[in-house]
Amino acid sequence: MRLQSINSPDRTARNFKKVIGDSYHNTKSADQQIDEMLSPDRQINPHWHDFMKALDTLGLAEMESRHKEVQRLLRENGVTYVVHGEQQGHRPWELDPIPLIISKTDWETISDGLTQRAELLNLILMDLYGERRLIKDGLIPPEVIYAHAGFLRTCVGITPTESRFLVNYAADLARGPDGRMWVLGDRTQAPSGAGYALENRTALARALPNFFGEVGVHRLSFFFRSLQNSVLDLSPQYEFGQLESATRIAQHRTDNPHVVVLTPGPLNETYFEHAYIANYLGYTLVQGDDLTVWDGRVWLKSLDGLRPVDIILRRVDDVFCDPLELRQDSRLGVAGLLEAIRQKNVIVINPLGSGVLDNPGLMPFLPNIAKHLMGEDLRLPSVATWWCGQPKQRDYVLANLKQLVIKPIYRQPGGRPLFGTELSDAELDTLRSQINAEPHRYVGQEHIRFSTTPSLIAGKLEPRRAILRSFLFAEKDGYAVMPGGLTRCEGETEKLTVSIQGGGVSKDTWILAPEPEPHISLWQQRTGRVQTAGASEGLSSRAAENLFWVGRYAERAEGHARLLRIMLDKAKMGKMGLETSRLGQGSPSTLFTETFGDDAREVSELTYLRSMLRALTGLTSSHPSFANKSEQLLESELLSIMLDTENSGSLVSTLQALVSAAYAVRDRWSTDTWRVMNNIENLCSTLEKSIPKDRDAGTQILTDLVLQEVELASLDQLMIFLSALSGLNAESMTQTIGWMSLDMGRRIERALLLIVLCRSSLVAVQDEWIEDLLLESVLAAAECLITYRSRYRSALHFPTVLELLLLDEDNPRSLRYQLKRLEEQIRVLPREKLGYRLSDEEQLILEALTQLQLSNTIDLAERSEHTTQRTGLEKLLVRLAQILIDLSDVLTHTYFSHIQRPQQLITTDNL
Amino acid sequence: MYKIIHKTEYSYNHPVNLCYNEARLTPRSFVYQDCTDSQFVVEPKPKECRERQDFFGNTVYYFTIQRPHNQLTVTVTSHVDVRGREQQRDFAEHLSWEAAHQQLHTDLNPEILEIRQYILNSPMIPMMPELHAYAEKSFIKDRPLLDAVEDLSTRLYTDFTYDLDFTTIATPLDDVIKHRRGVCQDFAHLGIGCLRALGFAARYVSGYIETEPPPDKAPLSGADASHAWFSVYLPQLGWVDFDPTNNQIPADRHITIAWGRDYADVTPLKGVVFGSGTHKLSVSVDCKRENF
Repeated sequence: MRLQSINSPDRTARNFKKVIGDSYHNTKSADQQIDEMLSPDRQINPHWHDFMKALDTLGLAEMESRHKEVQRLLRENGVTYVVHGEQQGHRPWELDPIPLIISKTDWETISDGLTQRAELLNLILMDLYGERRLIKDGLIPPEVIYAHAGFLRTCVGITPTESRFLVNYAADLARGPDGRMWVLGDRTQAPSGAGYALENRTALARALPNFFGEVGVHRLSFFFRSLQNSVLDLSPQYEFGQLESATRIAQHRTDNPHVVVLTPGPLNETYFEHAYIANYLGYTLVQGDDLTVWDGRVWLKSLDGLRPVDIILRRVDDVFCDPLELRQDSRLGVAGLLEAIRQKNVIVINPLGSGVLDNPGLMPFLPNIAKHLMGEDLRLPSVATWWCGQPKQRDYVLANLKQLVIKPIYRQPGGRPLFGTELSDAELDTLRSQINAEPHRYVGQEHIRFSTTPSLIAGKLEPRRAILRSFLFAEKDGYAVMPGGLTRCEGETEKLTVSIQGGGVSKDTWILAPEPEPHISLWQQRTGRVQTAGASEGLSSRAAENLFWVGRYAERAEGHARLLRIMLDKAKMGKMGLETSRLGQGSPSTLFTETFGDDAREVSELTYLRSMLRALTGLTSSHPSFANKSEQLLESELLSIMLDTENSGSLVSTLQALVSAAYAVRDRWSTDTWRVMNNIENLCSTLEKSIPKDRDAGTQILTDLVLQEVELASLDQLMIFLSALSGLNAESMTQTIGWMSLDMGRRIERALLLIVLCRSSLVAVQDEWIEDLLLESVLAAAECLITYRSRYRSALHFPTVLELLLLDEDNPRSLRYQLKRLEEQIRVLPREKLGYRLSDEEQLILEALTQLQLSNTIDLAERSEHTTQRTGLEKLLVRLAQILIDLSDVLTHTYFSHIQRPQQLITTDNL
Repeated sequence: MYKIIHKTEYSYNHPVNLCYNEARLTPRSFVYQDCTDSQFVVEPKPKECRERQDFFGNTVYYFTIQRPHNQLTVTVTSHVDVRGREQQRDFAEHLSWEAAHQQLHTDLNPEILEIRQYILNSPMIPMMPELHAYAEKSFIKDRPLLDAVEDLSTRLYTDFTYDLDFTTIATPLDDVIKHRRGVCQDFAHLGIGCLRALGFAARYVSGYIETEPPPDKAPLSGADASHAWFSVYLPQLGWVDFDPTNNQIPADRHITIAWGRDYADVTPLKGVVFGSGTHKLSVSVDCKRENF
């Protein structure tokens, strides 16, 4: 058992000098900055002892390397934050390994205050969307609500079935100079951060396992468990008759509600978290287009038709949720959603309209409202706030603009508070006239110097100011507070804003627990609530389509990389003299050279290269092709086909498309799969950077270097990643409809690649030794070389090669095999019975298989009369390619594109 | 008693598979009028339809059509009994605009606290300094509020040109100001914007006016479709309507459908359709006195 030795003299006496250093004490002592770790007399606070002792044992140098470990874990798990503006893109999540530690008693005060605040805000919300007594009785000035764009008049009168209106609540807290935690802001719309907090904890627990043994820390999983249970309790209670139409389409039970997480999509800044939370809680991740309102209910458009949705956890701001009644230009919502909510056919968390509480204009009035509605004093203070809608307060704010933080009452997306001290005189003047024009839209807040907490900066502990975001979720009898939270601290000292968008760093938050807590799993469901999702596993048509394309792109990249590798190899060899086919009979190369001389050899060498390049061109659809280009240009063209992002068929472009399709179904991947995907993404950006910027000057030198060193190595690496991906897809995904979509994508693509390969290199009749060379390359590119060798142990024989590549049913790389697999999957796709008639996709695959089976390799290998072509082979391949392309279209049309863009009716009838 | 037939027709060049609509086409009943009857006929027949009251007390008719259709027709037939409102003015004849302003901003009477939302900007009527400058001229010292507003309404009628071809619903208010022309909706928005700029509560009213004037009266502008005007709030008296498009104070030839902060709150018919084409719209209104 862990020693409770907080009061033992040797502990209090220690100052952990080795770890903390004098500089930490000195940095802030001058201006009496409050610090989380230090008491006012600059001693280590008791609740930091256990941690500091563990840190002392570990040493700062080791901590720094654990820090790197943490960052690596986060990167590999794909924890990102989308940054808008100058440096767009997914930015890796930054986590400082030193947590913010809060003592048990301190936390009791904080969580008690938070619960009270949540209850209060909930009562205010119910009133605002009901009778609005608070306005009529003069407790809230009307403008605080009516001038706030988050007050949605169309939502007034919608009373929730659940006991609480405000379900999901987050508050930003910081410790003020008086040592108390103050509320800086309320988040009531669709608060983000809980998922990041969980991911922070997961990463830290892996990097610092023994710290959690030394320091008793509250686990976060209880919170998510209670969240899951609360969500189940919210399940809508349908009245008799309402379910009639629902049951017709899908079996549905209300004690097993279908919960979805509604995300704006991969471009949203916290998309990672939406996918992460959906995955962690076992909910379906959807976008607005995936849902539809039909017969007054909300449905998910899934592969096997419409599936009812009972609860929507939204991460879309409410004004975007329904283009009929709210913002008409929204592409993120669901038309008719509000009416479905009014009919109590769906529950949306948080309810639409809750954003009105995300309103600093309310803060000055909260103490009075608390007394009025609850008969209580506010236990957690808000930061001092002056609402400019009142003349006296406005005058105070205008007079003290330079010392205050100015916020609009309604936070525009991406809007930041303004710090008076940071503004120029001109900016202050502008702000002053804005406030004067519409004073009720602004508040001034005290600019408090909140507390610092130790952070690991360049291997040393340094004090950094921190803000804690706490999370609450409504339960049956109150609110559950997450025992922890997302702490964010300034990246540099004295930076005024502490935000992740603005370059801050996150921290884990440790609430000390008296005793170690048992591990709980989210899998332990309450009795009687077995969750089954059915055949389509709640897979939306959009997700299925993305999986299909992940399959196609992954396969395309693999085929592409393999062929490129062969080409680069040969190109390199070419400089040393063309290598002979190892399987070819005798030494045609020598024989050939002796017979026809060096010139002829060079011509034939080009013929070989041309054929292979044609394959590459066909594969990458990068016209104009290599034809008629000088040999020197061929190599730079090869590079472009590999690396040029402007070439939509290049390997890098294919990889980018793969990553973005995978990202769009972020919640579908296991951690391992995501790691592989991350490696692919990283490799892709490395490749992208390696392309010579100036194509004309000095290309040749660079080309040589690049060709020989970097690229072959990266191609090898890429092949390993892609094989890992394919292995994980095959072995770690449940073989339900999502997997089928992915696999169908792979099969179609693999078949198409094979066809391109055969058409470009095997249709034209060549000199025998060149043909051998081509056969060998095609076998290698189709990953059949080893099979061929081991099976036939003989020289290359055209019909035998065709047999293996096209007709062999047992070769998992053959065309026939791909078609068979497609046939099996197409057979079990959900569809309406059409009597005896086959569906379009069934007809297509049947035709393809029949065509293939009716052909014979001896005939196919025959040169046609009067030509240098194998016309039979060409005809067969062209037909099969067309069928496969049609098949892909039919699948897309039938199963994936249930998505139609909404448009507004324009009414110009008003005169 | 009026009988109004309001027909809206959308023709699509490609079939629409699914549509969600909201209509605010049912005339209100309130102190100056009674809507005795209002019938909706939607073609094709909607799968779902429901009526509710919105935030402002207007009747909203919600309907969806869940099968492919090439045309949507909404016909509303209403009977409205309109009472005269001549006596309305007598009460507040002498309330100066300064006193009204003072009361509106300081009185803690629950009704006035609620009314204060109509002083604020709304989605289609942003704050514009030009409006303040324009409105000021009508508000000379100690003038009764009603006189000042009447003057403002008359000036709008005189200074702006009624022009059916100039605006669409997407024309922003500052374009209307710049070109000094617009339709009834713009006239109403201008009046509201002017009053709000000076700190008064004003709202938008949608409705109809008589299409065939009585023999002794001239026809009114905007009679072939739904019409719009504005209303100003007077403490103690309530809302008083002005029609700047016709330079009139509505009495018994105006029928009110709905009111809100601006056009966006009371759009007669709006919808989201799923389909890939474009559409054509035609609207007709027939608003006649019925004799018993």
